[in-house]
Amino acid sequence: MRHLLRKVGFYVIALWAALTVNFVIPRLMPGDPVSLLIAKLGQRGPVTPETRSSIEALLGTDTDRPLLVQYVDYLRNLANGDLGLSVSYFPAPVTSIIGQTLPWTIGLIGLATVISFLLGIGLGTVAGWKRGSWLDNLIPVTTMFQSVPYFWLALILLFAFGSVWPVFPLNGGYDIYDTVPGWNAEFIGSVLYHGTLPALTIIISSVGGWMLGMRNMMVSTLSEDYLLTAEAKGLRPGRIMRTYAARNAILPSISGFAISLGFVVAGSIVTETVFSYPGIGSALLQAVGSNDYALMQGIFLVITLSVLGANLLVDLLYSVIDPRTRART
Amino acid sequence: MALTTQAAGPVGLPAGSAPQPTRRRRLGLPPMTAKLATGLIISGAIVLFGLLGPFVVQDPARVDDIGLTGPSGAHLMGTTQTGQDVLAQLAYATRGSLTIGAIVGVLTLLLSGFFGVVGAYAGGWVDEFFSLCTNIMLVIPGLPLVIVISSYVPDKSLWLVALVLSLTGWAGSARVLRGYTLSLRNRDYVLASRVAGEKRWRILAVEILPNLIPLLASQVVFAVIFAILGEAGLAYLGLGASGSISWGTMLYYAQNGLALRLGAWWWFVPPGLLLALFGAALSLINFSIDEIINPKLRNQTRSARRGWVMSRKQLETAKEATL
Repeated sequence: MRHLLRKVGFYVIALWAALTVNFVIPRLMPGDPVSLLIAKLGQRGPVTPETRSSIEALLGTDTDRPLLVQYVDYLRNLANGDLGLSVSYFPAPVTSIIGQTLPWTIGLIGLATVISFLLGIGLGTVAGWKRGSWLDNLIPVTTMFQSVPYFWLALILLFAFGSVWPVFPLNGGYDIYDTVPGWNAEFIGSVLYHGTLPALTIIISSVGGWMLGMRNMMVSTLSEDYLLTAEAKGLRPGRIMRTYAARNAILPSISGFAISLGFVVAGSIVTETVFSYPGIGSALLQAVGSNDYALMQGIFLVITLSVLGANLLVDLLYSVIDPRTRART
Repeated sequence: MALTTQAAGPVGLPAGSAPQPTRRRRLGLPPMTAKLATGLIISGAIVLFGLLGPFVVQDPARVDDIGLTGPSGAHLMGTTQTGQDVLAQLAYATRGSLTIGAIVGVLTLLLSGFFGVVGAYAGGWVDEFFSLCTNIMLVIPGLPLVIVISSYVPDKSLWLVALVLSLTGWAGSARVLRGYTLSLRNRDYVLASRVAGEKRWRILAVEILPNLIPLLASQVVFAVIFAILGEAGLAYLGLGASGSISWGTMLYYAQNGLALRLGAWWWFVPPGLLLALFGAALSLINFSIDEIINPKLRNQTRSARRGWVMSRKQLETAKEATL
């Protein structure tokens, strides 16, 4: 129980740190985002005093109110779920844009990452088990793929399978002309069709890392004494590999998975730019391109929150699968 | 990563293997394997290209009216949309990317060393606080933070980009270093030197740091890879340092100049390829360093096991010894 409290306590502090970073950055930076944003909003339509005050609370003002009051206002607005209005999608509130784009990102990037993780762990287990086999020698090749910059790999694949051999669509998340978004077969099929190539690029570029990590842990675990004992008892090799070696070797990979979730969301920005995918990464870049600070801060906050949440989940799961971490506290 | 946090156990060299030259062992240099040699040669060649290339190529910014042309005698790697020489751009871009990598490598080393090694060695509330900072930086996603920060600053210098990249990238290394330092500081020889009355900073600098060198080296290599890829990603998104040229900015201009649609492979393939090659070379070097830190990873391949077989003469002497 104490272990659990400690964990939750850490995430509460991390959450507070993230909120504060989000509060401090616009205020530290040179320039006056508030008047810029309000000028932009003014071009699109009348700016109500409420909108103005919520933007001020979010991004900081040059008025002489003390920082502490601003901070409290900012936290109150966040608690009410008020992230201000977007300029680039005027007059939509930031929250509704995030609500529209987030499912695309989670669907594409999340799924691709999980597939890549499972595939990498599986291959890494076998490579570590049969050391020196062809699969093991394949690892440097997959690491090579990993050091290829992701967006370049994606560009090349897009060039090959989108332009030279048009197997996959060049951009977008679904066919906007022939399908209607909703739970119908055409739409879902179209989404899957559009998502295949981006997902493939993510898997190709990230599977090598999982494979290498798992393989190295397998190699380390295999030299433990209890594995020798298991072998001496005459257990089936498959059982030793899965239940004895892999079960212990997988633990660092799982905590690595939690850390990599951060890179998942980060990677989504690049993926979605290359494939013009309608996710949260594209929205962030759009916001950056048009100086839409409210949307930018909102998206950064959502990304941070989702990463924190995912990490907490993995952490809790970790203490279930590895009882030693519970005992150590 | 976690494998490097393991304590390096005693090196159980198999009986049949030839004794290593002791001098190399003592220096802690990795044995010159094919992996290490390949990595050193490739990365060395790229560094040389970045250092010397800009002195011999044409002016990378000179615009010519020949437009987008393929490789030819006058332009060995073709030209961009505006007739700029790709080879010249590549040389300057290599220099730019490597500079970022070097700066971030040093900054990350300082930050992660401070938070990881000093925190773990000091112990107590300092350690608690430092590892809290590290863990928070680990869970705050880096690239979005970099994008948000850099979008507020319209004119970014190379140094600012490097600083932001190292601020978001040090936490992983710090965690690894902390784990290893924790295991080192409780070793008997450290306790012995403490009993002998050595000063704290001297124990840290003379007893602990030398043992951390392989780990620090591998973390720096990781940081350089991370920085170069991160800068390339930022530049590709159009958020790189203004006025500088790197592999990422080349790819950004290639993308904007529709190099992909026009099939201008000589424009977008070389920068990406160099990025990939450099990254792969550094990873190869890192594999070799990993094998020092974690002896379980070496001497265990099938080809190495074949080497364990005793020769007939050795077998004879062994038999005689047991009889």
